[in-house]
Amino acid sequence: MDSDEDERIPFTQRPEWSDIKPVPQDDGPNPVVSIAYHEDFRETMDYFRAVYLADERTPRSLSLTREAIAMNAGNYTVWHFRRLILETLNADLHDELVFIENIAKSNPKNYQIWHHRRWVAEKLGTEEARSMELKFTRKILSLDAKNYHAWSHRQWVLQALGGWEDELDYCQQLLEEDVYNNSVWNQRYFIITRSPLLGGLTAMRESEVRYTIEVILSNPDNESPWRYLRGLYKGDTELVVSEPQVSSLCLKVLSIRGNIFALNLLLDILCHGLQPSEELKRVVEGLTNSNSDSTDSSLAIKVCSVLETLDPMRSNYWAWRKANLPSHAITI
Amino acid sequence: METERLRPTVTQREQWEVEAKVSDIYQLFSSVPHHAQTIMSELRRDKHLDFVTKGLGRLGPSYCVLDANRPWLCYWILHSIALLGDSVDSELENNSIDFLNRCQDPCGGYAGGPGQIPHLATTYGAVNSLLTLGGQRALSSINRDNMRTFMLRMKQPSGAFRMHDAGEIDVRACYTAISVASVLKILDYELVQNVGDYILSCQTYEGGIAGEPGSEAHGGYTFCGLAAMILINESDRLDLPSLINWVAFRQGVECGFQGRANKLVDGCYSFWQGGVFALIRRLHSLIDQQLRPSEVGEGNLTSGNIKTAASSTLSKQVCGLELTSSDDDETSHFGGGELSDIGYYFVKGRAELEPLFHSIALQQYILLCSQVQEGGFRDKPGKHRDYYHTCYCLCGLSVCQYSWSKLADSSPLPRSLFGPYSNLLEPIHPLYNIVLDKYEEAHDFFSRS
Repeated sequence: MDSDEDERIPFTQRPEWSDIKPVPQDDGPNPVVSIAYHEDFRETMDYFRAVYLADERTPRSLSLTREAIAMNAGNYTVWHFRRLILETLNADLHDELVFIENIAKSNPKNYQIWHHRRWVAEKLGTEEARSMELKFTRKILSLDAKNYHAWSHRQWVLQALGGWEDELDYCQQLLEEDVYNNSVWNQRYFIITRSPLLGGLTAMRESEVRYTIEVILSNPDNESPWRYLRGLYKGDTELVVSEPQVSSLCLKVLSIRGNIFALNLLLDILCHGLQPSEELKRVVEGLTNSNSDSTDSSLAIKVCSVLETLDPMRSNYWAWRKANLPSHAITI
Repeated sequence: METERLRPTVTQREQWEVEAKVSDIYQLFSSVPHHAQTIMSELRRDKHLDFVTKGLGRLGPSYCVLDANRPWLCYWILHSIALLGDSVDSELENNSIDFLNRCQDPCGGYAGGPGQIPHLATTYGAVNSLLTLGGQRALSSINRDNMRTFMLRMKQPSGAFRMHDAGEIDVRACYTAISVASVLKILDYELVQNVGDYILSCQTYEGGIAGEPGSEAHGGYTFCGLAAMILINESDRLDLPSLINWVAFRQGVECGFQGRANKLVDGCYSFWQGGVFALIRRLHSLIDQQLRPSEVGEGNLTSGNIKTAASSTLSKQVCGLELTSSDDDETSHFGGGELSDIGYYFVKGRAELEPLFHSIALQQYILLCSQVQEGGFRDKPGKHRDYYHTCYCLCGLSVCQYSWSKLADSSPLPRSLFGPYSNLLEPIHPLYNIVLDKYEEAHDFFSRS
């Protein structure tokens, strides 16, 4: 992770550091979880402690934090002090972005790096910073399309610095690459609910429902769009019950085969008051084991029974749902 | 999209690879005779103890990447030892207390190592380590006044907490702060203010909880968010049925848990996701209320929001026990004692709910797929063992074993365990994730002081 191939020169041999007395770590006489540090590491940290305790905020201490970070990118104290130095020196933070990008490549899941990146971007606050951040996260996501930190950072950038214009297209592209990527679905939800360029959930709902149903029909075993679809009706249970597309989606999918997501959604809307069609009742009946509940059980009860069989991993959960159905769902 | 149907995506490919590995293991297991199955499903107690105890001493140079996480290492190791029903010798115990004390900042909180600045996560690791060690020396070494000062400094106007000075804000920070404050009995209105609003804003459309508002629902943050909400008495503000539905669907064909939808199984989620079910079991009446809102009439069950309490008494039903607080002024006010007692009462009542996940299947994943023969546990077959996964696989296993126990510490029946009964671990307190008897000791200690 180091840019230079040269041999590292120990601090004791660097004339510009001759005035500094290194401070050893105070581990005590009998430490536990003690790490057998390499000499390079120990020395670097001894010098770090010296400048940190002296609160020396100079170019050389800045350079020292770079070395310390390269050895352990998780040392949040070093990062913290680096930020203090950068502020005091009024350093050019564009260089900082390059620095972070280089270490992020080998540490893409490190909290400190992402927090530092956020701090720098916020300080810069420009449109240029915004496009650099969107570009940077795009790069990281091209290596791991589900990197949690990258997505959180990208969301922060959009909210703090803007740049919403291309985001839905970006999601579209990623979904075409991997429609199972739940992080992208989550991002999609983020955009349609929060983008200042779109009308919000209510305005976007119709087109999103259409799109999501299409995706579900081509891959009914993909959980992500099912949850997304349900999410489009968050806070509006009356609507999800009355929307014919939802119940007919369940009917369509279940007519082909038993599908736990379809059954889960059907159970949900039944519990919220759906009056099921005869067709729906017939399809579910077709999935039941004839030995189970009597023929005059409600549809919701039958759905739970089917799920107990089709989805044995969650049999306890479905049994609990069955035992706790709202009274109106037990009678229909 | 024609191409999607023909060419597997990255998600599908990776998932099938893991399923194949796991399936090989299960097929092998089902094909061997019964006595061989007993051996395969056995918890290798001695090997695990050896592995973790060695780590408590000296770690190799590659551990320099955890040089700012040493209290975590202490916790992962000490907690593993305690779960296995063992303890460290008095020399190691004293050395641990001394070392953690060197990580304690003079102004409060614990850092990742001596000389570093305090951090909420390492504070959680350090405090839980000391509680797990137990005893007068360990418990009295914690400076509670300074701890409170540190936490107030981390507290943000939004209600959330920063991990360290000028550090990141997320649901982990909220949980680590609340958990520590609660167990040390320094939790009060000031610390609790608005944190419920923040965590609530992190529950996503999927039902799980994210690290920050807008991010993806994730097992680790879901545990942290729910546990924190319970500790501040606001768990009923969450959409619990939605949350339960989401967590239930995280257990896949591999029998273990994934952290997010369409991601891979990982042994550590045995606790983060499995632990959610341990919490859920004891929120019985609150969940009933949300499942059938018009039908369940429980008197004056309010939203539980401390700020909205206009009535003079606020009652909360947790596990059949009522916690009442009366306030004399406009702002409903829990004193330090009452808020901090939530954790205590949480494990006192009877847990009426059956486990809502497949406990035996999860134990199967932990013991057959995560357990390493030479000692320790790993994420999944093909990955290396480490102390973090060892800790969380063991606490996940404990949660599973006790998932039918009505009382928090009542011994499970043999049928609750996968493998021989000698696999039995110690029970934990699911809110703080420390072994129950050590929690009891700490509770007594901090109630007196």
